[in-house]
Amino acid sequence: MLKKHPLITFIFFGVVLYLISNRLDELLVYQGATVGIFVIAIASLILLTGYSGQVSLGHGALMAIGAYAAALLRIHYNAPVWLTFVVAVLAAAVGGALLGLAAARLSGPYLAGTTLALAIGLPSIANQFSIFGGEQGLSFDIGFPPASLGEDFTQYKWYFWISWSAALIAMYWLRHVLNSRYGRSWRAVRSNDVAAELAGIHVGRNKVLAFTISAGLAGLAGALLGMTISLVSPGVYPLLLSFSLATGAVLAGVTTLGGVMIGAVILVAIPEIALAIANRYGGSETIITNLPGLLVSGLLILTVLLSPNGPVEQMHARHAKRAKSGKASHSPVELTLRVGSKTWSTKK
Amino acid sequence: MLKINGLTVSHGAIRALDNVSFSVEKGGLTAVIGSNGAGKTTLMRTLSGLKSADSGSATWNDHNLLHGKPEHHVRQGVSHVSEGKSVVAQLSVEENLDLGALWRRNPAEAKKSKAEVFELFPRLHERREQQADTLSGGERQMLAISRAYMARPQLLLLDEPSLGLAPLVIEQIFQSIRHIVDSMGVTVVLVEQNAMGALRIADFGVVLNLGTIAAWGRASDLIADPAVRTAYLGF
Amino acid sequence: MSQFLDMFLIGISAASIYALMAISMVLVWRSTRVVNFAQAGMALLSAYIGYELVSRTGNFWISLPLAMILGAAFSAFIEFFLMRTLLKHSNQGPIAAIAPIIATLGLLGVIRAVIGFIWGHGDVQLEAPLSKVGYKFGDTTLFIGPMGLFVICFVVALLLVVTIVFQKTNIGLALRASAYAPEIAQLSGIRVSGIRTLGWAIAGAAGAAAGILQTVNGTGGLTPESLEFSLLLVFGFIAAVIGGLESLPGAVLGAVILGLVLAFVQIYISGTLVFIVAFILLLAVLILRPQGFLGSKAGRRA
Ligand SMILES: Nc1ncnc2c1ncn2[C@@H]1O[C@H](COP(=O)(O)OP(=O)(O)OP(=O)(O)O)[C@@H](O)[C@H]1O
Ligand SMILES: [Mg+2]
Repeated sequence: MLKKHPLITFIFFGVVLYLISNRLDELLVYQGATVGIFVIAIASLILLTGYSGQVSLGHGALMAIGAYAAALLRIHYNAPVWLTFVVAVLAAAVGGALLGLAAARLSGPYLAGTTLALAIGLPSIANQFSIFGGEQGLSFDIGFPPASLGEDFTQYKWYFWISWSAALIAMYWLRHVLNSRYGRSWRAVRSNDVAAELAGIHVGRNKVLAFTISAGLAGLAGALLGMTISLVSPGVYPLLLSFSLATGAVLAGVTTLGGVMIGAVILVAIPEIALAIANRYGGSETIITNLPGLLVSGLLILTVLLSPNGPVEQMHARHAKRAKSGKASHSPVELTLRVGSKTWSTKK
Repeated sequence: MLKINGLTVSHGAIRALDNVSFSVEKGGLTAVIGSNGAGKTTLMRTLSGLKSADSGSATWNDHNLLHGKPEHHVRQGVSHVSEGKSVVAQLSVEENLDLGALWRRNPAEAKKSKAEVFELFPRLHERREQQADTLSGGERQMLAISRAYMARPQLLLLDEPSLGLAPLVIEQIFQSIRHIVDSMGVTVVLVEQNAMGALRIADFGVVLNLGTIAAWGRASDLIADPAVRTAYLGF
Repeated sequence: MSQFLDMFLIGISAASIYALMAISMVLVWRSTRVVNFAQAGMALLSAYIGYELVSRTGNFWISLPLAMILGAAFSAFIEFFLMRTLLKHSNQGPIAAIAPIIATLGLLGVIRAVIGFIWGHGDVQLEAPLSKVGYKFGDTTLFIGPMGLFVICFVVALLLVVTIVFQKTNIGLALRASAYAPEIAQLSGIRVSGIRTLGWAIAGAAGAAAGILQTVNGTGGLTPESLEFSLLLVFGFIAAVIGGLESLPGAVLGAVILGLVLAFVQIYISGTLVFIVAFILLLAVLILRPQGFLGSKAGRRA
C-alpha cells in the first residue's frame, strides 16, 4: 500500500493518530507528543548514519541550536509559531552544513569525537552568554491552542498535534528524498566511497548535504522538544540526550527508517519503566535518578552486542534467508530499499 | 614431515582450495607454483593458522596445523613470511629481528640466530639501526625472511619473496633460501610466480591450478614434463 | 612577565593531565582501533575509587597507585569481556564501523549510572594531600604550589616510565609491533590478543591517574555528571588527534600545545572562549593536517 499511495498512507496514519489522541488521557497524549519528536530526531540520525555512513554523537547539540533559534525569535520578535519552527530548521541546518563540511573529510572515530565534543561543549557555551539566558535558559511559549478547536482542546493535545504533524510531514518528505537521486547516491557512498566516486558521484558534496538535512531535522525536533516543556536551556539538551538518540537509532536499526517508531517509543518508555521498577523497590531517590541512564546505556550495549544492525534489519535478514531459496539474491542496495518501504507498510 | 590431506578452504562463496593433498619430506625445498589466483597464498595462510579450513587435515610432524592460532604454530617450529613485505615498517631492522625471537625464552640462542642472520645478509647488519620502511624492496624481503628465521623454524613458509624485485636480487634471495635449507636444515615451502626460477633451486615442486593440484613431483621431473612446460613454464 | 609565567604554568599543569588522558586514548586506539569514549567515565570511576581508598586508608600516597592498579584491572576487564565479544559479533554490516564507538558510549552511560547508584549525586570531596597555595618568590605568588608541582613531576615520571617500557623492553616491542602490524606480530609468535588487553590495562592506569590528579588539582569535588570530566575527555581526544592518534610522543606534544593555547586564551582573552578555541583547534588540525603532527600518513580521511 505504501509503495503505491504513500500520501494516502501518511494521511491515514495521521487520522488514526488523531482518533487515538481523543481517547488517551493527558499524560499519554503528552508522551505521545514526545514520541513524535523522537521519531524526527531518530530519523535524522538514521538518515545520517544508515544512509550516508557518517556518525554523529552530537545531535543533541544540533537540537539545541534549533531550539535556541526558535526561542530567541519568539522572545525578541514574537514571531508566529510556524515561523519559529522553520527558523529552527534553518539555523540547525546551517550549523549542520558547517559541521558537515568538516565531517565529509573525516572518518569514523574522528567524526565521532568531533561531534561528541560539540555535544559536550555546546551547552556550556550557552551557559556563558547572557543572550542565551544562562543556566535558566529561555522560555519558549507557543501560547494556547486556537479557540476554534473547541473548549476542551487541551494544551497537551495541541503539542501532540503539532509534533505529529511535523513528524508526519518530515517522514513523508524524508521518504521522498531517500527515494530520489540523492538517496541513491547516499547509499552508494555508504556501501563504497571509492566506487561511488568512480561512478561520478560527488562523495564530499553528498555527505555535506546529508549532514545538512539531518541537522535541519534535528533542529526541528529540538524546537519541538523545547515547546513541550516551554523551556530551552542547557539542561533540556544534556549529553544524555545525544546518547539516547544514538540508542534510539541503534534500537531502530540504523539501516532503515522502518524502525524509528520502535526506537522512539522505547526512549519515551524507559523513564516510565524505570519509575515503575523504582516504585516497586521502595521508590528510592537513587534508583529513580540512575535507573533510566542505566537502562538506556545497558540497552545500547546489549543491542550492539546481540543485534548490531537493529531488530528490524535482523528480522528481514531472517526473512530474506528463508525467501532466498530459488530466487536470486538481492544486492545490498536493493535490500535496503525494500526493507525501508516494506516496514512502513507493515504499520497499516 | 608436512602432510596435507584433502584440504579444502573457501573465502565466503569462493572455493580457493579444493581437496588438496601432498606431503613434504623433512629437509627439502619444495616450490609451489601456479598462476594468479591459483590458491597459493590461501594454502600458506591456512598452514600458518591465519585462515581456517573447511575440511581436510594438515600436520607438521605430529602437530595439527589446522588447529590453534599462528602464534601457537610458531612455537611448534612453523614460521610464515606472508605475501608482500612481511616486516613492521615502523620498527628498526634490529627491532624486527628481535621481534621474531621475542617468544624464545633463551636470549643467548636468540643472539646466536641474529649472528647467523647477519652473516647470511651482511646488508642488514649495516642497516640495523635504520627504520624498516626506509629499506629497499630487496632488503625488506631479506629482513622478512630473517625475521621468520629468528624464530628458529623447522618449517619455513615463504610466500613470493621475489615479488617486485629485480632479477639479480631475486637470484641472490633464492641462493640465500637454498643456503637456509642446506646448511641450517630448515624445511622450506616456497610459493612463487617465477615458476622456472623456483623449480631450478627446488628439490620438489607442486603445481596448483584453480585450487587443485595439477602436478606434483621432483622439480627436475616437472621441468622436463612437456605438459607442465607449456602450461606453467611458458615454453 | 608574571602573567606570562602564570600562563606557562597553568598551561603545563593542564597539559600534564591532558597528556595522561591522550595517552590512554592512543593506547586503546593502537591496540583495538577503537576510540574509547568511556575513558572519561573510567577516569571518573577511578577518582571515586581514589576517594573511597583515601577515606578507608587515610593515605593519599597509597591510594593513588592502588587506584591506578584497579583502573588497569577494570580497563583490561572491559577489553576482555566487552570489546572482544563486540569485535567478534558486529564485524559486518553498516554498523561495523560505528558499533565499537556506540558501545563505548553505552559503557560511559553505564559507568555514570553505577557511580550514581553507589555514591549518589551529592558532591563528594577528594581532598588534596598537599597545599595548593602558590609558591612565593619575593612579592610575586606563582600559580603553582606543592600540589601542582607534584602533579607535573608525577606525570613526567610516568611518561618516562612509559617511554622506557615501550622503547627498551620486550613487552614494549611486542606492544608496538602488535599496534602497527598485528598480523606480522602474530606470525612472529606474539600472543596479540593478550597484548591488546595489556594495552588497555596501561591505558586504564594512565586514565585513573588522570582522573585522580585532575580532581585533587582542581576543586576536589566529584559528581557523576561532572562536566569537568567530559571536558577532560574532549581535551584528551583533541590532544591525541593533534599528535596523530597513533603516536605516544605525539599525544604528549598535542597535550602541551593544547594546554598552552588554552592557557593563553584564558589569561589574555577570555575564559568563556576556552572551549570554542579548543573546538576550532580540533577542526583546524583535522582539516589542515589530517595525519596530526607526529602521526603517520595513512589515515583519518574518510
Ligand atoms: N580475503 C579474500 N576474500 C575473498 N576471496 C579471496 C580472498 N583471498 C583470496 N581470495 C580468492 O581466492 C582465490 C585464491 O587466492 P590466492 O590469494 O590464494 O591466490 P594466489 O595463488 O596466491 O595468487 P597470486 O599469485 O596472485 O598471489 C582467488 O580467486 C582470490 O580471489
Ligand atoms: Mg598470492
